[in-house]
Amino acid sequence: MVMVNLILILLVGGVLALLSERVNENMPRRVALAVVLFDLVYFLIHLSGMPELTQLQAPLPDDPSTWLMHFKADWIPAFGISIEFALDGISMLMVLLTLVLGAVAVSASWTDVIVRRGFFEANLLWTLAGVLGVFMALDLFLFFLFWEVMLIPMYFMIAIWGHENRGYAAMKFFIFTQASGLLMLVSILALVAVNQSATGQWSFSYFDLLNTPMAEATAHWLMLGFFIAFVVKLPVFPFHTWLPDAHTQAPTAGSVILAGILLKTGAYGLIRFAVPLFPQAAMDFSYVAMVLGAVGVVYGAVLAFAQTDFKRLIAYSSVSHMGFVLLGVYAWNELALQGAVMQMVAHGFSTAALFMIAGSLQERLHTRDMREMGGLWQQMPRMGAVAMFFVVASLGLPGLGNFVAEFLVLLGLFQVDPWLTAVAALGLITGAAYSLILMQRAFQGEPNPKLVDQGLMDFGRREMLTMAVMMLALIGLGIYPQPILDIAQPVLQSLLEVTP
Amino acid sequence: MNAQLMMALMPILVLSLTAVVLMIQASVKRDQSVAWVITALGLLLALWGAGYARGFTQPVTVLLMVDDWGLFFTTLILVAALVTLILSKDTFSPEGERKEEYYLLLVLSVLGAVVLIQSSHMVSLLLGMELMGVALYAMIAFPEKGQRPLEAAIKYLVLSACASVILLYGFALIYAATGELSYAGIGLKASIAYAQNPILLMAGTAMVLAGIGFKLSVVPFHMWTPDVYEGAPTPVTGFLATVSKGAVFVALSRFFVEGQLYEYQSLMTALAAVAIASMLIGNWLALRQENIKRLLAYSSIAHFGYLLVVLIALSYSGAEAGLIRESITFYLAAYILTTLAAFAVVASIAGEDERKNHIASFDGLFWRRPIQAFSLTVAMLSFAGIPLTAGFIGKFYIISVGIQSQLWWLITALVIGSAIGIYYYLRIIFAMTMSSGMSSGMSVNDEGEDQKNVAQDVVVSSQDVLAMLLLTMVLLLGTWPQPFIEFAGRL
Repeated sequence: MVMVNLILILLVGGVLALLSERVNENMPRRVALAVVLFDLVYFLIHLSGMPELTQLQAPLPDDPSTWLMHFKADWIPAFGISIEFALDGISMLMVLLTLVLGAVAVSASWTDVIVRRGFFEANLLWTLAGVLGVFMALDLFLFFLFWEVMLIPMYFMIAIWGHENRGYAAMKFFIFTQASGLLMLVSILALVAVNQSATGQWSFSYFDLLNTPMAEATAHWLMLGFFIAFVVKLPVFPFHTWLPDAHTQAPTAGSVILAGILLKTGAYGLIRFAVPLFPQAAMDFSYVAMVLGAVGVVYGAVLAFAQTDFKRLIAYSSVSHMGFVLLGVYAWNELALQGAVMQMVAHGFSTAALFMIAGSLQERLHTRDMREMGGLWQQMPRMGAVAMFFVVASLGLPGLGNFVAEFLVLLGLFQVDPWLTAVAALGLITGAAYSLILMQRAFQGEPNPKLVDQGLMDFGRREMLTMAVMMLALIGLGIYPQPILDIAQPVLQSLLEVTP
Repeated sequence: MNAQLMMALMPILVLSLTAVVLMIQASVKRDQSVAWVITALGLLLALWGAGYARGFTQPVTVLLMVDDWGLFFTTLILVAALVTLILSKDTFSPEGERKEEYYLLLVLSVLGAVVLIQSSHMVSLLLGMELMGVALYAMIAFPEKGQRPLEAAIKYLVLSACASVILLYGFALIYAATGELSYAGIGLKASIAYAQNPILLMAGTAMVLAGIGFKLSVVPFHMWTPDVYEGAPTPVTGFLATVSKGAVFVALSRFFVEGQLYEYQSLMTALAAVAIASMLIGNWLALRQENIKRLLAYSSIAHFGYLLVVLIALSYSGAEAGLIRESITFYLAAYILTTLAAFAVVASIAGEDERKNHIASFDGLFWRRPIQAFSLTVAMLSFAGIPLTAGFIGKFYIISVGIQSQLWWLITALVIGSAIGIYYYLRIIFAMTMSSGMSSGMSVNDEGEDQKNVAQDVVVSSQDVLAMLLLTMVLLLGTWPQPFIEFAGRL
């Protein structure tokens, strides 16, 4: 029930936030923050009863009772569809990330959104609810439902509160993800049909569908359906073109959620579904996937370097960073997978923070064009310092979370394919280049004379507090990553046993 | 004819009686509100009759087959007729116009649809289709002023008459080949006739399918659809899209199953081509529409393309017959409910003003009339097949059936078509979220304007209530389909 409640709290909270606008136009954001924090605390309280991190049991794929939490209730028994949620180490990490970044996103919307605040915060909370559903649902029908439905509030966030080109961006985002989702739906139904003809029973449960016997060719096609849906979301070259538009045009809170959390649903889907459901097919396909990942790393970095739009640069850097996740997943050994999980968490924080900085800049300067910036550090030293921190985090400075993640991925990948590792490592160098050029253009160099006397506001207390949370998280991940590794380890171990 | 048979025919009898009463009423005292009440009572009574007849399911002569499946669609169509009736009251301008006849035509058209649904013989098929169609021509042309309804009616009349002629010729050829006119008889004799002279039988069935395809407006028989949809008064468009098309599809399925037409590979190939063309071309042409009624016309072409997939699956052994029947039931129910809701909202927003059917006039509807905007959003999401709506479960059924029968080409077309579809459904939703003067989306001025906009809207018309009721059902079918699936499984 805990998992159902987690989602219900956000859904009901969204309605409350919507209604609270009638009381006072500042109410929705407070309500939203309270709801997210309450959800987080609720989750933490129920986690405290869990075993020590180092003694976590491996969640067996055929036995839901070995998972941290499991919930199952009939929904549409005619098709063997149930409301089935389960939580293991990786989903737990993702849920925590979602809730923390959810609070960050509410904070990012604090002064950014000034019209229709109630509806905005409601959409934000509903998106979070959908994402939690994706991370916890283990009935494929339910998973698909959350996968599709979470896009609708996200679509509204971009389409209503986005920037100048929001219509185009929102539409592109929705169509890319929906169209690829349809492929996944066909794959899911085909998988269920194969399973049904083998067992004589309809079931959408993950636990029943694992180890479905099927012909090699069938497995390849079905795997592709899942793969495309997930890599569009991740996104991976050449399916990434929706991302720069959506991220750039979304309001700050929307960008935070998109980059911080939504992209991770793609990575999560690959780890949870695409590989374990079709182990042999995925392994046969892994080289192609890794090449796509390596291309993404370099391609994203090169394009990021060429951008003049602050948010677009960060968006392309996401393409590059998510390339590492794809590499890590398809290298499919423990080190690389650890790295991929780590990257999901670390990238969530660093990119969310960078988008928040971009949002603050836009709020103050009314532009995202870096050619119009320059020398901002002098006027806003706090923001400059914070930006510096996250920029070096993003380029992979040792001691911060992103370094651990990328290092682990490269280490694991080296055992599989040294040449691809060499290509991917280029991404670290180009990463340094685009990150530093961002810093240089916006915060250093000659101040733009037009901006000198504007009396720009530096980061205030709310912003600094939000940033501090993310800084601490990244430092923690960088210096002492062991807890994350411990949480993920048993899950990865049991996943690795699934594949031949 | 014994009493049992009368009971089974209850809905048809009630509707016929209503038509007679309406005619008498018009000759005694012309009063449109009385006519409205009589029609409403007649339809409600027919609804009761449809429930009552469930105890007496049986073939009634060779012409009609009264079974649970048919009675379910009878119920659905009567509900659609009631919705049309309520919408008509508000949409036609109340003053000066005489419209008692309109209600009479409505009842006759529904009567035709019910006969069509229960037909098991080519004569009743033709009878039902013509009764429904002829009444519809007049309903389309009913508004006295304006040329567009008249134009639409003439167009529909001429083309529909051609289609009927082709249909009749097809009947003649089939009769020549098999010597039978009842579906079951054709099913029995067709294989022998096919062995003797395949061309006669195939030409006959192809012509029948062309005639029916015209009524369903599947590609390449779709040309009339957008113009008629656009020109007809909105409630009549809704009626045409749900009652007429739904009844024809049910008749087609019966003809198909009982005539065992799915056994002929060449026919199925042709039907598959029609389905693929409908899915792709329907969705493709909808992209460019600026008028919401035209857009819905093309979208309905695509939806019947999706439905044809299920009929084609009959010829492959993969999917169980029960599942196929359930799919038709569910998809048609979802389509009818969603379409009715969509037209109710369109009627509520645009009224009689043709210009307001333009998508551009939906700008900012979310802030001006949130209830209508929300309703239309749900309807569009259901059309697009987004989870939690009935449309999704319908699509789920069709894809399942397609996969089990391994119809990969059709599924590919369905996926591509749906992906295109998302764009135009979303365009409407996007238009409604826009706000005049909201250039950056963030400027302070908007707030004041926004408050003003909110203040404007408190009006909730009967159309809106209707739309909300229908959408509640759409959402209920989408979130908790189990009871309906069980029900549909028993039909």
